[in-house]
Amino acid sequence: MNALRLTAEQHRVIVGHCLDGLPDEACGLLLGPLEFGVPTGLVSTVRPCRNADASARTYTVEPRDMLQAMRAAEASGTEIIGVWHSHTHTTAYPSETDVRQAVDPQWCYPIVSLRDGDAVMRAYRIVDGEIHEVPIDLVR
Amino acid sequence: MAVAVKLPTVLRSHADGQASVSVEGATIGDVFADLVGRFPGLRANLLADDGGLHKFVNVYVNDDDIRYLDQLETKLADGDEITILPAVAGGA
Repeated sequence: MNALRLTAEQHRVIVGHCLDGLPDEACGLLLGPLEFGVPTGLVSTVRPCRNADASARTYTVEPRDMLQAMRAAEASGTEIIGVWHSHTHTTAYPSETDVRQAVDPQWCYPIVSLRDGDAVMRAYRIVDGEIHEVPIDLVR
Repeated sequence: MAVAVKLPTVLRSHADGQASVSVEGATIGDVFADLVGRFPGLRANLLADDGGLHKFVNVYVNDDDIRYLDQLETKLADGDEITILPAVAGGA
């Protein structure tokens, strides 16, 4: 994926879900198409999920929400291509925990920092413990 | 008895790229034994060193998490759908 392509509405849903989750971290899943087994960066659906940790410092996507997302992806011919979460006290950069627990090297990991009031979103891939920033393109 | 096992994208490379595998077994433990017998690369992702379920994996039989059933002893019925999900977590 050269860039994560979000519509303005998808961006708004992600940031809104992060703000709604305060003071806890919020999280959600991205669905989109694959090409030759690799996410294209296009996002067909953003799915806000529950943070099973209910914590300001950690998140775990509620497994039942993950199950529903996997079924929705299958029904729409897409796949889960990433997970976003908020950082309530730190910058929009993956923490050691984020890197250690990264699930899939093909996934995109947008992080929304709420530390400074205005939301700041940046996105990454995490491959073998290495962090690679992915540009976010806002598309119509 | 055949059941369908759905795999997340990250595990499919260990199963010849398949998203769904038909597996034989009367319990989740039987199914996992068949699955890792055919696809040995899945073992480290599904099972802990002590043979129990790996802590970073969630397994559902239809709509039920096996941790709230009988774990690997959970009995299966013909046509059950098993979904394997990675635990997705992190945080600052």
